[in-house]
Amino acid sequence: MTTEAPPPQGGSDTSPAGPTTEKFVEVQESAEFGELRRAHRSFAFPLTLAFIAWYLLYVLMSNYAGGFMGTKVFGNINVALVFGLGQFLTTFLIAWFYSRHAATKLDPKSAAIKSRLEAGE
Amino acid sequence: MNLLDPTHPGWQLAAGEGASEHRPLIITLFGLFVVATLGITVWAGKQTKSASDFYAGGRQFTGFQNGLAISGDYMSAASFLGIAGSIALFGYDGFLYSIGFLVAWLVALLLVAEPLRNSGRYTMGDVLAYRMKQRPVRTAAGTSTIVVSIFYLLAQMAGAGVLVSLLLGITSDGGKIAIVALVGILMIVYVTIGGMKGTTWVQMVKAVLLIAGTLLITFLILLKFNFNVSDLLGAAATNSGKEGFLEPGLKYGVSAMSKLDFLSLGIALVLGTAGLPHILIRFYTVPTAQAARKSVNWAIGIIGAFYLMTIVLGFGAAALLKPEDITSSNKAGNTAAPLAALEIGGGSGSTGGAILLAVISAVAFATILAVVAGLTLASSSSFAHDIYANVIRRGKATEKEEMRAARWATVFIGVVSIALGALARDLNVAGLVALAFAVAASANLPTILYSLFWKKFTTQGALWSIYGGLFTAVFLVLFSPVVSGKPTSMFKGVDFAWFPLENPGLISIPLGFLLGWLGSVLTKEEPDKGKYAELEVKSLTGTGAH
Repeated sequence: MTTEAPPPQGGSDTSPAGPTTEKFVEVQESAEFGELRRAHRSFAFPLTLAFIAWYLLYVLMSNYAGGFMGTKVFGNINVALVFGLGQFLTTFLIAWFYSRHAATKLDPKSAAIKSRLEAGE
Repeated sequence: MNLLDPTHPGWQLAAGEGASEHRPLIITLFGLFVVATLGITVWAGKQTKSASDFYAGGRQFTGFQNGLAISGDYMSAASFLGIAGSIALFGYDGFLYSIGFLVAWLVALLLVAEPLRNSGRYTMGDVLAYRMKQRPVRTAAGTSTIVVSIFYLLAQMAGAGVLVSLLLGITSDGGKIAIVALVGILMIVYVTIGGMKGTTWVQMVKAVLLIAGTLLITFLILLKFNFNVSDLLGAAATNSGKEGFLEPGLKYGVSAMSKLDFLSLGIALVLGTAGLPHILIRFYTVPTAQAARKSVNWAIGIIGAFYLMTIVLGFGAAALLKPEDITSSNKAGNTAAPLAALEIGGGSGSTGGAILLAVISAVAFATILAVVAGLTLASSSSFAHDIYANVIRRGKATEKEEMRAARWATVFIGVVSIALGALARDLNVAGLVALAFAVAASANLPTILYSLFWKKFTTQGALWSIYGGLFTAVFLVLFSPVVSGKPTSMFKGVDFAWFPLENPGLISIPLGFLLGWLGSVLTKEEPDKGKYAELEVKSLTGTGAH
C-alpha cells in the first residue's frame, strides 16, 4: 500500500516535504503522543456516549412515557418542554466543557509535538 | 398534490386580495438579495486563483465567519419553514423533531471537525482514503458524497419551485419551472464563479438575514403575549383545538410503528450531521483545528438560538392563526411562518403585514439559494478532486485541469438538478432530506470514525461500510412509504412498499458500522501501519496540515 501515489500537491497549499513515515511511527509510539491520545479519547468517547444516551432517553420518554412528560411544572410549561430545553442546555454546556478541555489539556500537548516534528528533531 | 397550492381559497383569503398584492415588494427584496450576492460572487471570483481558493476559500475564514457560514449551510428551508409549520400543526412533536438537528453538532465537535481539518485537504474522501487504496475508496467516497448531496439538493430544488411560486402567487406550471430554473442558474453562477469563497459569503449573508428576520418576528410575537411564554403556549393549545398539543405524540406517537420511525429518524439526525459532505468541507475553510473548533461552537450557538426562536414562531402561528388557514395553503404547514408574519404585522391588507410577509419570503428564498450552493459545491468538489483527479487521472491532473473539471461538474450537476427539480415539482420529496441524513450516518460516519480512531481498519472495511450503508439505506427507502403506498408518498396510486419505516436509520446505521468492522476482520489485507501513524499524528496535532 505504500506504493500508492500520494495526493497531488499544488497551489498555495504546497508544504515542505515534511517528516518521514518512520518519524510519524516513532512519534505515534512515543509516551508523549500516547498521553495526548488518551487525553482526547478518555474525554471525547465517554462524553459522546453520554450525550447520545441522554438524547435517546429523551426520544424514548417522548415516545413511551407521554403521561409523565405531560406533567405540568408551572403554568402551561410541562416536563416535556423542560426536558427538551434541557437538551439545548446540555448541548451548550458540553460544547463549552469540551472546548475548555481542548484548550487546556489538548492544545499545549499537540502544539509541542507538532513544533518538534516540523522542526525535524 | 399535497404540497403548496397557491390557488387554494384559504391562501387567497389569508393573504388578503391574493399573494399578487405583495408581489412587487417581495420581488424587490428577492432582487436586492440576488444583486448583492452576485456582486459578492464576482468579487470572490476575482480572488479565486488556486485550487485551495476554489475548494476551501483559501482557508482564510475566521472561526466566527465559518460558524455563520455553517449555520447558513445547515439551516435549510426545511428547518426554517418545515419546523415552524410542524410546531404550528402538531405542537410539541415539531419541537421534538428540531432537537436532533442541534445535539448532532456535538458529534462533529468532539470527534470529527478538528481531526478532519488537520488531515484532509478539500473533500471528505481525502480523510476516508488517506490510509487506504486510493482509487477504490475515493470512488466510494465520491459516490456517497454525490448521492447524499443530490438527494438533499432535489428536495431543496423541488421545494423552492413550489415555495417561491406560492409566495409570489404564481400558479402556472411554466412559472414553477421557471423558478426552479432560476434557482439552479443562480447556484451554478455562485459556485462556478465564486467557488468556496463566494459560496461562504452567500451563506454568511443568508445566516444574518435568517437570524435577523426570525428575531424580528419572534420579538413581535412575544410582545403580543407580554413575553409570557406560558400564556403563548396556552393560547396555542386552545386555538389549535387539539388535545395534548403541548405534549409529545400528535405526530410521532400515533402508532407503535410511528414511534419506532421517530426513533430511527432521531438516530439518523444525530449521527448524520457529522457525515454530511457539504458540512464537512466547511471545516477546510479555516486555517487551524482551533478555528474549526470555534466554528462549530459558533454554529451550535447560532443554530441553537434559531431553533429556540422557531418554538415561538411555531406556537405563535398556532396561537394567532386559524388551524384551517395553516393547512389550507399547505398541508405540511410550510406556510405557517409567513402567515404568522403577515398576521403579527397587522393582518392582510395592512402595510406592516405586507412588509413582514415580504421579508420572511425573501429570507426563505435566500435560505434555499445558500443551501443549494453549498450542496452543489460539495458534490462538484468531490467529483473533481476524488473521482476525476485521483481516480481517472491517478493524481496526475494539474491544478488548472482539476478546477476546470470542478466547474464543468458544477454546470452538469446544476442542469441535472434543474431537470429533476422541475420533474419532481409535484412530488412530495421532503422525505429525501431525512434519507440524506440516514445515508450520511450509515455510509459516511462509520468510515470517518473507523479511519480516524481504529488502527485495524482496512480498505475492504471502508468499501463494505460505505457501499453497504449507502445501498441499504437507499434500498429500504425505495420500498418504504416515502416512495409509495401512502397518500403522502412520492408516487401516488402505486404501492410496492414492504418496509414499514419511513427512515431506514435503525437498520442501515448499525449495519454500516457492522460492515466496516466485518470487512476489516475478514480480510488478509494488512492495515497500513505507517499511513495510520501519519493520519493519527496529523489528525491530533495538525502536523503538516494544509
